[in-house]
This record gives sequence, C-alpha cells and structure tokens, in this order.
Amino acid sequence: MFALVLYLVVIGAGTGGELCVARAMKAVGEVKDFRPSALLRLVPRVLRLPWMWAGVTLMATAFFSLLAVLSTENVSLVVPVTALSYGAGALGGKFFLGEQVTPRRWAGVFLVCTGVALVIVGRG
Amino acid sequence: MLKTGPGSLPHLKSAAGLHFKTYLLIFLMVIFGPLGNVLLGKGMKQIGASGTGTAVAALGLVPRILTSGTIWLGIGSLLTFFVAYMLVLSWADYSYVQPASAAAYGMVALLAHFILREVVTPMRWIGVILICLGVLLVGYTPPRTTDHS
Repeated sequence: MFALVLYLVVIGAGTGGELCVARAMKAVGEVKDFRPSALLRLVPRVLRLPWMWAGVTLMATAFFSLLAVLSTENVSLVVPVTALSYGAGALGGKFFLGEQVTPRRWAGVFLVCTGVALVIVGRG
Repeated sequence: MLKTGPGSLPHLKSAAGLHFKTYLLIFLMVIFGPLGNVLLGKGMKQIGASGTGTAVAALGLVPRILTSGTIWLGIGSLLTFFVAYMLVLSWADYSYVQPASAAAYGMVALLAHFILREVVTPMRWIGVILICLGVLLVGYTPPRTTDHS
C-alpha cells in the first residue's frame, strides 16, 4: 500500500512539477531572442514566478520519492511504471494548461508510454 | 548559440519558423539529456564514488568531483538540456514536448547498439519502434494549441 502511494507521488509530483514549470514559462511568454544576454535577462523574471518554485519543489519531491520506492521495489518494475507519466502529462496538459489533446496526440502518447515501458523492461 | 533576436530572422514568427525552432530545441533535449546522464555516470565511476558508505567519505569526494572534466561536461550537457526544455515550453504545448522528447530513449538504444556495441534485446527494439511511431504521431499535431503571447 505504501509503495502504491509512493508510485502515485512519483508520477503525480513529477508530472505536476513539469506542468508547473510549463505554466511558469507560458507566463514568461514566447522566447524569441536567443542571444545569451537576452536569455540571462530571463533568469530573474523566471525566478520571481511562484509556479516555477512550485514546479521545482514538486520535482524534488518526486525525485526523493523515486529513491524511496527504489529502496523497496525492483528497478525493472518501478521505472516502467513511471512511463505512465506520459499519460498523466497529456491529462495535465489538457486540464491544467488548457491544451487541445487531439485523438492523434493521445494515440502518440499511448505508443510512447508502451514503448518506454518495453525499452526499460527489455534492458535484459 | 543562435542569433535570432527581434528583426534578425523575422520569418521565425511564421508557422514554419515555430516548427523549426520547436524541432531544434527538442533535438537538443534528445541529444544533451542522455549525454549528460552518461557523462555524469562515467565521471562518478572514474572517481570511484560507488564505494562511499558514509557522509564523511562522500564529502571527501567533493574536491575530486569538482575537478573532474567529465562531470563538468555532464553538468554542462544537463544544463543545456534544461535550458532548451524551459525555452521550448515558453511557446509549445507540454503535451507535445513531453512525448516528443521521449525520442531520447530511442537515441540511447541506437547509440548503445552502434557505438557501444551493446546487445539490444528484441523487446527493446520493439519499444524503440513504438516510441518512434508515437513521436511521429505527436509530431503531426500542431506544437501550440493555446493562445498566448
């Protein structure tokens, strides 16, 4: 039961963290100037956004939860399960960021999910 | 580094430009993410970090970690990955970038087979093919479906 909770935290907090970072970057707006000086000027703007800090905190939570679950479960089981984060990411994109996830994109996400799980299981 | 400041490449504002810079940054993510992990792993093995059981022993490794060129290359690669990731998310959908960047798994399998001469199991090849098909499908959807500046 505890392992299941940890799995949920790894997937939920990991994807949630990335979604928060995505939301922060959407708030910054489309980056059009890629010169190093312009990119450096972005740093303080990004660091002032609460979504960025929420994202980093959630991603750190997911990382330490992953370490915890790896201490009790087999890697060959844990890592493929984390491939579910691609499904969670599409759901988060749709409901949290308001993106249009078309059937074609869902199909792609499903294939990626399955493929990632097979790649990790098939390490031999 | 690209020089695409305002006025220097105005065509980037077009849909083709949006696709180009999205593909370019996802390509950088797919290259530098796995490369950074491999370099960090190699660097930590070179300095013999695997046998450190105590906090004091781990602290003793810090000077060796900080003077390892391989580890700095790994950190630089992962930094490049994260900057590319954040930049692409400033305009592209998360539900587009996340599955597209999974192409890194395919890249690692190809590198393992052709450069490191590692054995890649049939199940892993099937997984790589599924990932490539999934990335292709996602790639055929518009990178941006939300309206923002």
